[in-house]
Amino acid sequence: MMTEFFLRLRKAGVPVTLTEFLTLLEALSQRVTAHSIEEFYYLARAALVKDERHYDRFDQVFGSHFKGLETLFDEIIGAKVPLEWLHKLAELTLSEEDKQLIESLGGWEKLMETFAQRMAEQEGRHQGGSKWIGTAGTSPFGAYGYNPEGIRIGQDVSRHRRAVKVWDRREFRNFDDTVELGTRNIKIALRRLRRFAREGAAQELDLDDTIQSTARNAGYLELKMVPERHNAVKVLLFLDVGGSMDDHIQECEELFSAARSEFKHLEYFYFHNMVYEGVWKDNRRRFNEKTDTMTVLNTFGQDYKLILVGDATMSPYEITYPGGSVEHFNAEAGHIWLSRLLRAYPNAIWLNPVWPNRWSHIPSVQIVRDMMGERMYPLTLEGLEQGIRALQRAR
Amino acid sequence: MSSTRFSGTDRYVATDDLMMAVNAAVTLGRPLLVKGEPGTGKTQLAEEVALALSRPFLQWHIKSTTKAQQGLYEYDAVSRLRDSQLGDERVHDIANYIVKGKLWEAFTTDVQPVLLIDEIDKADIEFPNDLLHELDRMEFFVYETRQVVKARHRPIIIITSNNEKELPDAFLRRCFFHYIRFPDKETMERIVNVHYPNLKKRLLSEALEAFFEIRDVPGLKKRPSTSELLDWIKLLVAEDIPPEALRGDQHKLIPPLYGALLKNEQDVHLFEKLLFMSKRKRD
Repeated sequence: MMTEFFLRLRKAGVPVTLTEFLTLLEALSQRVTAHSIEEFYYLARAALVKDERHYDRFDQVFGSHFKGLETLFDEIIGAKVPLEWLHKLAELTLSEEDKQLIESLGGWEKLMETFAQRMAEQEGRHQGGSKWIGTAGTSPFGAYGYNPEGIRIGQDVSRHRRAVKVWDRREFRNFDDTVELGTRNIKIALRRLRRFAREGAAQELDLDDTIQSTARNAGYLELKMVPERHNAVKVLLFLDVGGSMDDHIQECEELFSAARSEFKHLEYFYFHNMVYEGVWKDNRRRFNEKTDTMTVLNTFGQDYKLILVGDATMSPYEITYPGGSVEHFNAEAGHIWLSRLLRAYPNAIWLNPVWPNRWSHIPSVQIVRDMMGERMYPLTLEGLEQGIRALQRAR
Repeated sequence: MSSTRFSGTDRYVATDDLMMAVNAAVTLGRPLLVKGEPGTGKTQLAEEVALALSRPFLQWHIKSTTKAQQGLYEYDAVSRLRDSQLGDERVHDIANYIVKGKLWEAFTTDVQPVLLIDEIDKADIEFPNDLLHELDRMEFFVYETRQVVKARHRPIIIITSNNEKELPDAFLRRCFFHYIRFPDKETMERIVNVHYPNLKKRLLSEALEAFFEIRDVPGLKKRPSTSELLDWIKLLVAEDIPPEALRGDQHKLIPPLYGALLKNEQDVHLFEKLLFMSKRKRD
């Protein structure tokens, strides 16, 4: 049972290793958990998952794999709730009428059986689960207030929060890094950028180490050099605005503000759908204050890294034909300008806020992606990370 | 066994999953890595564990310049050089110039200590890798004196991280991991109660209401955290603000003493704008 759980976790993309699995088994054999499946869940999570981004995937596998485990767990640990106990509780809480009703339903054993059945069904449906047993006036379980936790008597303080099991609540969904950027996630993405910004190679004198080494060297001078740590990265950011990009304003803004605070050398320009002969720095004055793309190419050197952000969703003519632009007459086709940019800045990526599974359905995305040499990444944390990695590889 | 189980203290509210993670780490003698939003009590956890289990507490605060070696020991070559110039006798024994690090201290205490390695992600990327062996075997070798330092008791090691850098897999494999979630309202109530036991019930619920409302404002640059809530409540109590002030005109006014919660002018501005808009909608 456990080995299969381990394998399923790996299959679901939670990076679990054998060492960690053995740690869990060791903890189990040392009896770290007491008697409840919740504790087992917490233990397994602490031992196997090392990143909050994988919590959600873990929850899903745990939920499906250990469905019905409560009973199993009870048998293993021996903490099965005795039937008399329930009877006793019933004596205390149920009225005569209620008891008769129970009898009419086939007695306690039957009731518990139905209960288990319904629980299983309920989980199968997954959503609205807690409601199902709680509200229905006709349901024997709602009526007597026996929610799933009610069966496990006297174990926990905050019972009312637990009508839905911890892992079924899937509270960590937001941390999964395949989800699009969010207000909190962008901060982490920003740190990715920072790490990449810190690299660079130069030589400077390490004063401390020189003194140390000289002292060790019995007073003979020994020079020590270290690579300099500086923010050497220069970034040229091109953002698509307007039209179909309106749906993605928030992600782009977040990315933009993150990039702004991270890079000392950041130059940004806006374009619409495709880069043509002019780009602009201020959206309000986009029609009268354009910068020639040629000027941009000539001003910023090859050491700039180019990040294009856009959904690349347009009519293919906007890329392939002169005059294809929706806003003005462009003398040269979009693809010519894009390839000029790529020639000038070989270190380039394209971030696309559209979900990757839709890319293959949009011809213009395909064209742009081909031109980028496959360096198009979704605007998610994972995509951003891949993109940054691609930028780091010198081309 | 029961004496080594951690279940929170009267100053610190620990959730079930956190307790489990701590106890598992203590029992198996593995380090516990704690992550979470800033201000959710990561650093405090170690102190409280030490207090609850009545163990000595050692703190090793990591900065961007900290090297793994500094946690073990440092060879103070400069003083030795100076001593040799002055003709000091001590210069002949190199052991005089070995300065013990936090890890060494933790290895040699009489009872099992709690060692906090705070903000490990601040250090260089190689830092965790350099400590792998030491944390695994709980021993290290001092080259200068040819001596092996071995832990008398495996210390309880709690490591915090703010997620500024990704930690290496090899390091993660050896740890237990826990992510402290931002507390929900109920837990938050318990936390505040622990800190201000005599707080008026109404003030507390109003304050929490306002607090979670602010946290829910989309697009805040820095969302207020638990420690900021506690500061704010402290101010509210000190200024003797009545609960009505928090509630009455929630939709018209920015909460009193908001400076404790909102930490930059864009956020304050955003918040004011939202209030203005919601007010206009109602009028």
